[in-house]
Amino acid sequence: MLLIRCPWCGLRSESEFHCNGEVRPIRPHSSSLTDQQSVQHTCDRLNFKGWIEEDWCHSKGCGEWFRLNRNTVTHEIDQD
Amino acid sequence: MKPNQRYSLAALAQGALRNHQNWDRAWQSPPLKPQYDVVIIGGGGHGLATAYYLAKNHGIRKIAVLEKNWIGGGNSGRNTAIIRSNYLRQDSIRFFDKSVQLYETLSRELNYNIMFSQRSEVDVLLTNTSMRNMRRRCFNMNLQGVDFKMLSADEVRQRIPVLAPMKECRLPILGGSVQSRAGIARHDAIVWGYARAASAYGVDIIQNVVITGIRRAENGEISGLNTDRGLIKTNKIATAAGGENSSVAEMAGIRLPLQTFNLQAFVSEPIKPVLDVVVNCPDLQVYLSHSDKGELVVGGITDAQQISFRRGGKLAVLDSTVAGLLELFPTFRRLKLMRQWGGALEFARDGSPIISLTPIKGFYVSAGWWGGFKAIPAGGLTLAHTIAKDEPHPLSACYRLNRFDTMNFLMESGTTVPIH
Repeated sequence: MLLIRCPWCGLRSESEFHCNGEVRPIRPHSSSLTDQQSVQHTCDRLNFKGWIEEDWCHSKGCGEWFRLNRNTVTHEIDQD
Repeated sequence: MKPNQRYSLAALAQGALRNHQNWDRAWQSPPLKPQYDVVIIGGGGHGLATAYYLAKNHGIRKIAVLEKNWIGGGNSGRNTAIIRSNYLRQDSIRFFDKSVQLYETLSRELNYNIMFSQRSEVDVLLTNTSMRNMRRRCFNMNLQGVDFKMLSADEVRQRIPVLAPMKECRLPILGGSVQSRAGIARHDAIVWGYARAASAYGVDIIQNVVITGIRRAENGEISGLNTDRGLIKTNKIATAAGGENSSVAEMAGIRLPLQTFNLQAFVSEPIKPVLDVVVNCPDLQVYLSHSDKGELVVGGITDAQQISFRRGGKLAVLDSTVAGLLELFPTFRRLKLMRQWGGALEFARDGSPIISLTPIKGFYVSAGWWGGFKAIPAGGLTLAHTIAKDEPHPLSACYRLNRFDTMNFLMESGTTVPIH
């Protein structure tokens, strides 16, 4: 994963991008959550070996947000 | 069980006369037994130290340390060997300072030279934000009675003459801070020293054994584990498996609030002495020391937010670390890099480790270590206490697992580089 394809700018160097971690469900408003669900949302993370879907941002370029699949063991990415 | 032969100058002289044929194996690797009182998963510094303190302080003898590869081949062999206790929170300061104190006497205690060189750690600060953060840390450290003091910009330059001259700096050096008891030690010697001392107490150190499952009795308690060499019966399992703790915990049936990241380091070609302190620059996210072999050992940041089990290098991170290094030390620009490597580190949501009992009776964890090398003696001491007494050690009670249930976080920013 030396080059990542930004949907706007095309193939760019990885160092221009920021990873925001795996895609997670949007947190519901706290009034609709029990304490335990709230804790779960904050602390519980899949620490998965293999392919995961992540949010990335072309932070040092155009600022576009997009998703890509990345393998946590091999660092391969799949943008197709 | 056979007591260790004592390492001393006399023994060395005797050895010289006998062509060094008199040395015993440093530790024993007996065949796996079918039953143990305690099984420790992970033969790194933490696992071996735990076994040693279990045997020494708590009189438990039937202990096995199981290691998938070779002892000290994981994060114990991949760190930058820095030992310090300049943390932010009082609980962390007490814990890590206990560790430094234990390191100070460890060579004597283990009869194994760990080459602990207390050469000071100097933080070089380039922004007002880090000046403020370090001053806050300094106040907290001094409240605990631990040595740590702020330095002026001139004092920083006196301690580290090789820093970039003022006119070459992008950001001026505003000041710094120093912990004079901090330093570096020989990482392999710590692993081997603990292995040798534990082995003398009869601890079985088994390498190249893979755990394939953890067994629980009908009432949910731990009853044993499956390995590629067969079943082992035990009622107590502790995991100290570095970046693999979440996989081990999953076998037992719980999920730890951890994510695994890759942290990398590299060394330069050997050069003549140029740096006699450990240098850390939080603003450029780089830290380094000059090893006894003459290589500069340099560490950087992690791949932010990217879960990784690869234990390898990554160009984008290497690039930014080298850029930071050269900004501080432009004279290093002609050095070649000899080796670079990565390790799998676990990170809990609050940046603090977990040394704890778990909801499963008989299952203990020592996990979430980020800078766990400096914590090896205290981590082993407190985990051994937790296993033997089934209650947390006073020093590590703050690192219990159930703090996450109540979001009673111990937010710690005292790791070498900013991670929040």
